[in-house]
Amino acid sequence: MTKHHVTTTVNGDTVEYLCDARETLLDCLRDKLNLTGAKEGCGTGDCGACSVTLDRRLVCSCLVLGVEAEGKQIETIEGMARGETLHPLQRKFIEHAALQCGVCTPGVLVAAKALLEKNPDPTEEEARYWLAGNLCRCTGYDKIIRAVLDTAAELREAS
Amino acid sequence: MALDDRKSHFTFVGTRPNRPDGLDKVTGRARFGADVTAPGMLFGAILRSPHAHARIVRIDTSKAEAHRDVKAVVTRADFADVPFKPGLEGEFWNVLENVMAGEKALYDGHAVAAVAASSALAARDALKLIEVEYEVLPHVTDVDKAMAPDAPVIREGAADYSVPEGMHPNVVRYHESGHGDVEAGFAEADLVIEDHFVTEATHQGYIEPHACLASLGADGKGELWCCTQGHWIVQKTCAALLGIETAQLRVTASEIGGGFGGKTTVFIEPVALALSRKANRPVKIVMSRSEVLRATGPTASASMDVKIGMKKDGTITAAQGVFRLQGGAFPGAPGDMTAMCAFAPYNLTNVRQVGYDVMSNRPKQAAYRAPGAPMGAFAVESVIDELCKILGLDPIEVRLKNAAREGTKASYGPTYDRIGLVETLEAAKDHPHYSAPLKPGQGRGIACGFWFNHGGETSVSLALSEDGSAQLMVGTPDIGGSRASMALMAAEVLGIPYENIRVTIADTATLGYNDVSHGSRVTYASGLATIKAAQHAVEKLCERAAAKWGIPVDAVKWENGCAVPSGPNAGDFDPLPLAEITADMGRTGGPISGHFEATPEGAGVSFGTHIVDAEVDPETGKTSITRYTVIQDAGKAIHPAYVEGQFQGGAAQGIGWALNEEYIYGEDGRLQNPVFLDYRIPVASDLPMIDTVIVEVPNPGHPFGVRGVGETGIVPPLAAIANAVSNAAGVRMRQLPMSPPRILAALKGNG
Repeated sequence: MTKHHVTTTVNGDTVEYLCDARETLLDCLRDKLNLTGAKEGCGTGDCGACSVTLDRRLVCSCLVLGVEAEGKQIETIEGMARGETLHPLQRKFIEHAALQCGVCTPGVLVAAKALLEKNPDPTEEEARYWLAGNLCRCTGYDKIIRAVLDTAAELREAS
Repeated sequence: MALDDRKSHFTFVGTRPNRPDGLDKVTGRARFGADVTAPGMLFGAILRSPHAHARIVRIDTSKAEAHRDVKAVVTRADFADVPFKPGLEGEFWNVLENVMAGEKALYDGHAVAAVAASSALAARDALKLIEVEYEVLPHVTDVDKAMAPDAPVIREGAADYSVPEGMHPNVVRYHESGHGDVEAGFAEADLVIEDHFVTEATHQGYIEPHACLASLGADGKGELWCCTQGHWIVQKTCAALLGIETAQLRVTASEIGGGFGGKTTVFIEPVALALSRKANRPVKIVMSRSEVLRATGPTASASMDVKIGMKKDGTITAAQGVFRLQGGAFPGAPGDMTAMCAFAPYNLTNVRQVGYDVMSNRPKQAAYRAPGAPMGAFAVESVIDELCKILGLDPIEVRLKNAAREGTKASYGPTYDRIGLVETLEAAKDHPHYSAPLKPGQGRGIACGFWFNHGGETSVSLALSEDGSAQLMVGTPDIGGSRASMALMAAEVLGIPYENIRVTIADTATLGYNDVSHGSRVTYASGLATIKAAQHAVEKLCERAAAKWGIPVDAVKWENGCAVPSGPNAGDFDPLPLAEITADMGRTGGPISGHFEATPEGAGVSFGTHIVDAEVDPETGKTSITRYTVIQDAGKAIHPAYVEGQFQGGAAQGIGWALNEEYIYGEDGRLQNPVFLDYRIPVASDLPMIDTVIVEVPNPGHPFGVRGVGETGIVPPLAAIANAVSNAAGVRMRQLPMSPPRILAALKGNG
């Protein structure tokens, strides 16, 4: 079976891979580019553990085909920190104990970053509805929501 | 351990430092089950039965084997070949039968064959080349129907000695316990209520599907990486199923993306090992979500009858419960646990409980957070609520009046040591939530819950480095931040900063046997072993100081991270810090380590009380949880933020179980909702903030007073929410989940 050659940009780096037409962007990130921060929790777009941004739009990478990434700009959890400086969301998640097992955390962080870029001052309800596509089974979301709202407040103060 | 040995003033314990694995987990570099590869690795995939119950007449794997990308195909025949351990028995046999079907497929999703191929796509394609001829058999998936005389028999001879004569062969275990004379007790009551309750099976719903990477050679030596709650049980079980020696298989636990009891056994690991042995290459298997839902352990479903008698003043005169639990096509449904926990919060003169373990054509149930307890609490706490309502009594006052205390003979037999139920009820009564006004359409519910907690086999080692830092090796996978708690407890004993301690989840080659991370045992048992291992190291540090100073070792005490001369030698020498002793240790006797291993028996039982406000929309039947407060006895909270997290997580899972989650089987015996879209767990917009109150009634069985906190939090929610919804809707809800169609039907039935 012929594979497709894809050239795309991930976290600012130009990358290339060969993929089967059936392989998802998540498969390509994990198995071809060794970027295993995005997780497959469901493969059907219901859990958000594979969240990445594609041309700044938040997507479930399990619902995007690898071939669709051609010429796009992809941001993943691996690109969230700048050097050794964590993104404020990453820091606040640690401080608020907003993770237990941590498997949903990369997806939640990518989604929360997309929220704050769109809406720097979300209400609790807005944060809850935005993150409704990211399943967490450990925390009951309480500390996650607090961490997101606290980060938003800190970023607003800083700007 | 005597109470006066216990520590009550702490420097590190009770603080909230950042978790040691935090950076890895927020940057995506933490390695979970599916995140590793090996040179030459193949990908495995598993073929599963589409039938709920079918005889496997023939499996033809020849076409799959002929596929050029396929390197190995296995069926049950590849497990039967066990050179020096012929014939598995008991639970090993059950697990083997579950991971790869033998003569019959016993549920929709039961594994029947597996392939390893050079790519994941090729493996999936190759499954389609395997031909299986089935003879479909009658099936049963409902617990009451599985006990009925005409039910199809899942497996003859599966019942143990406990089952009374005359029961259907699907009833495989029976439990009965209690004390007093319940009939006499009911005769004393002013009001007796007997009611029937039903709960559906739910899945633990961990976000990380099962995943493993296995390597096994013809020499019988193997390596296994997997996400598991306990890698020693994986090692022992896989070795038995593959017919190799336990010690020849080294198992490493990956970071684990949730377990909640569901990762306390094996599913894909023995299959990957068998494929690897046959292909002579490493094999990785990762389950899909539908495989997780169809073929890994959900909890049991339950059918229950509870009868309670009460006097007008709220005194419970007698209580009786019959709990029938369906646990899939294997023995193991925790009917005994349900029965033993159901009435455990109360001081009862007359109590009797019966539990049944019933098989059906569903996946083998696995533990789910306080396995068995939430269902029983739902039934019992609902009846108590109804009694309070009819008698016009306050539900907290009634529970306080009947509450178990130190010295109470528990419903399941033993006499309680120091327990904290009353303290949680008092805290609930005083909490502003309990007196806050409700809006129209809202109802409030409260409920109590109990869980035993567990000790288990535990082995911990601690090694000091020359620079005075410490590495701690524990054997219980960290599911919810336990490395932070272990480091805090070690810091407390050693007197060195939390940050100077690196905690590692050791592999099976590094420590002796460690029981699984279950039973809320990690902070209790691994914590106790950590404290003892650190104390062991401190003894050696004191010996080195004594030798240096030339005084008896019993004249040296350990204070704030330093050896200090005491008694007649007090003040003779300057305190000697840990790092100064370790700097010289190569010359003063060699490495300094501490070790402890035991099966601690003092896991203190745990109680909680939850307060819930619910709002029911009479138009749609949708329930919203508007306020939730968890109050639970933690004994001593080592890292309070992660204790709160356990309380909140338990409540959230309980909300899902109470309102929405259920395994839905069609007439054909197939699971109808094996994806997260249809098996919908609570999302952020479904829940309110979950308030927590940590009550601390120290456990006499732990040096710092710790009680396990992981499981009790899921015991009260089903009942507390059912009571809130029943109060809001004005009709008693006796079946879970209280999904909108059930609420609408109940409202309609009520006129």
